[in-house]
Amino acid sequence: MKILVAVKRAIDYNVKARPKADGSGVELANVKMAMNPFDEIAVEEAIRLQEAGKAGEIVAVSIGPAASQETLRTAMAMGADRGVLVQTDDEVQPLAVAKLLKAIVEREQPGMVILGKQAIDDDSNQTGQMLAGLLGWAQGTFACNVAPEGDSLAVKREVDGGLQSIKLKMPAVVTADLRLNEPRYVKLPNIMKAKKKPLDTLTPAELGVDITPRLKLLKVAEPPARAGGVKVADVQELVAKLRNEAKVI
Amino acid sequence: MTALVIAEHNNQILNAATLNAAAAAARLSGGFDVLVAGHNCGAVATQAAAIAGVGKVLVADAAQYAHALAENLAPLVVSIAGGYSHLLTASTANGKNAMPRIAAMLDVAQLSDIIGVVSDDTFVRPIYAGNVLATVQSTDRIKAITVRTTGFDAIAATGGTGTIENIAVQADAGLSTFVSEELTKSSRPELAAADIIVSGGRGVGSAENFAIIEKLADLLGAAVGASRAAVDAGYVPNDYQVGQTGKCVAPTLYVAVGISGAIQHLAGMKDSKVIVAINKDEEAPIFQVADYGLVGDLFKEVPALCEALAK
Ligand SMILES: Cc1cc2nc3c(=O)[nH]c(=O)nc-3n(C[C@H](O)[C@H](O)[C@H](O)COP(=O)(O)OP(=O)(O)OC[C@H]3O[C@@H](n4cnc5c(N)ncnc54)[C@H](O)[C@@H]3O)c2cc1C
Ligand SMILES: Cc1cc2nc3c(=O)[nH]c(=O)nc-3n(C[C@H](O)[C@H](O)[C@H](O)COP(=O)(O)OP(=O)(O)OC[C@H]3O[C@@H](n4cnc5c(N)ncnc54)[C@H](O)[C@@H]3O)c2cc1C
Repeated sequence: MKILVAVKRAIDYNVKARPKADGSGVELANVKMAMNPFDEIAVEEAIRLQEAGKAGEIVAVSIGPAASQETLRTAMAMGADRGVLVQTDDEVQPLAVAKLLKAIVEREQPGMVILGKQAIDDDSNQTGQMLAGLLGWAQGTFACNVAPEGDSLAVKREVDGGLQSIKLKMPAVVTADLRLNEPRYVKLPNIMKAKKKPLDTLTPAELGVDITPRLKLLKVAEPPARAGGVKVADVQELVAKLRNEAKVI
Repeated sequence: MTALVIAEHNNQILNAATLNAAAAAARLSGGFDVLVAGHNCGAVATQAAAIAGVGKVLVADAAQYAHALAENLAPLVVSIAGGYSHLLTASTANGKNAMPRIAAMLDVAQLSDIIGVVSDDTFVRPIYAGNVLATVQSTDRIKAITVRTTGFDAIAATGGTGTIENIAVQADAGLSTFVSEELTKSSRPELAAADIIVSGGRGVGSAENFAIIEKLADLLGAAVGASRAAVDAGYVPNDYQVGQTGKCVAPTLYVAVGISGAIQHLAGMKDSKVIVAINKDEEAPIFQVADYGLVGDLFKEVPALCEALAK
């Protein structure tokens, strides 16, 4: 079974994003970028399935500018076998990402697609579900355990009240939650090896996908800042403040 | 045109998050209906019909809807979506699971996690862990929306006079089956709906030590939350996680104990009315958002706080 993994180049999770001064977008110039953390988990899961003899080739796919090649190289250094970049400098919203991924799925015919549950920049939490809807496949979102069993897939999901187990017909789409696994660190020799792995570049036009945005960003702004608070000396003062000043207990 | 709110429920009780989603729908110009898809969910339909301002309550009662599997729910919603201008659901696990699938099948974009309604086509939503608020306009004929519950005060659960109507069900899609669920049992309030939350982080040190957090929570009648680090370390179950990728909460009082205040954690709680932080590191970023900060060892301060509260 071939596995397709979607990896997105996103802001590094340690960076605190800020709106541009004119409110037209988010300041991304000279900001450190990295693979979206959930996508590292997705890649790791694919590799573990391969190591367990449950998956064949792993193809990493990214959609974005030329710099997204770095993200694909990282995926390949972790263990993905090859990369596909759908290159565009245009803004690509989740529905368009899902359509592009669907076009790649039709070419590659994987048995499973693994994505992150959400990208930490736009925080949409949509792409995997949209892809599953477009393909008419089953979806195992927010997965914390994935186990192929013959022609079905057992998925344990993180839900509001705890955990849910479902069984999916294959092929299926899976989105990775934080506790699916702990991604491996990339070793230097593997970074060198990844440079030699195949990386194909396509365009949305070659895939016949219209990526025109459906959502228009009118403006961005910083949320209202919290007024700075005070330090209290001890628990007595804390209780007094909560009772008499804040009146919340 | 009318909006459709997809109800969140467990076949018996309407989840309170639905009232926040309905509150967002009520800000639109065309009024709203509610869809209750479930199994033996008549009681939920009755509760939905009482939501203030509701028009119709559409009921799809069949075994394949018992567990809100997106593969079955999505085609049902798509079958009736043509009559609506907006589809809304709360940003619960079920809502986040189903709505993008519905949107894609309708070939429309989704607006995730809105916290404000500017007009019928323009909404405010947080991005980048809530460090940026984006005002976004949709050009699609149907707007598919998930609603961040902390962004809208719940609409009244009573006073409505909705008419209940059964709608045609669709066959089981045959793609997915529910196997089982392990729900965290707790006598404490639900995290998403609690007035007071006491959360513990890595500083708490172990699952056993979490008892002191729970004791404080019980004294305050609070729910218990946690940072990702505490969940990852196995101190508490996954559904306790507060943050960008866990639950977003905005209680009247949030007490963060042994939590450093990483941006991902702040994203889930910084809209709380009053924030208290207890941390032994006076430089911890959590103090930047705390109304009241107490620098000290939690193993000393939390029991002392319990004692002071009991007085
Ligand atoms: C109105 C608006 C304006 C925007 N403007 C800009 C802008 O000017 N510049 C900019 O850079 N971004 C912009 N964005 C953000 C960009 O469109 C989003 O990153 C995109 O919509 C995907 O959303 P997401 O990553 O949050 O998806 P999610 O659904 O949260 O992502 C889930 C998973 O899908 C996969 N995935 C998502 N995107 C990709 C991808 N590109 N390649 C491979 N896998 C992927 C990953 O596995 C990821 O973990 C804008 C978004 C909106 C809504
Ligand atoms: C993709 C991604 C998503 C994430 N999503 C989330 C999320 O949703 N929610 C979330 O919380 N995190 C999330 N994180 C993790 C986040 O970055 C931090 O790692 C995490 O919040 C840290 O948890 P903590 O504050 O408990 O631990 P630490 O940062 O280790 O802080 C522990 C604190 O306890 C204090 N302490 C220790 N001992 C004591 C004592 N005896 N008395 C008093 N204080 C003490 C220390 O001074 C320290 O400040 C995410 C990270 C990534 C990469």
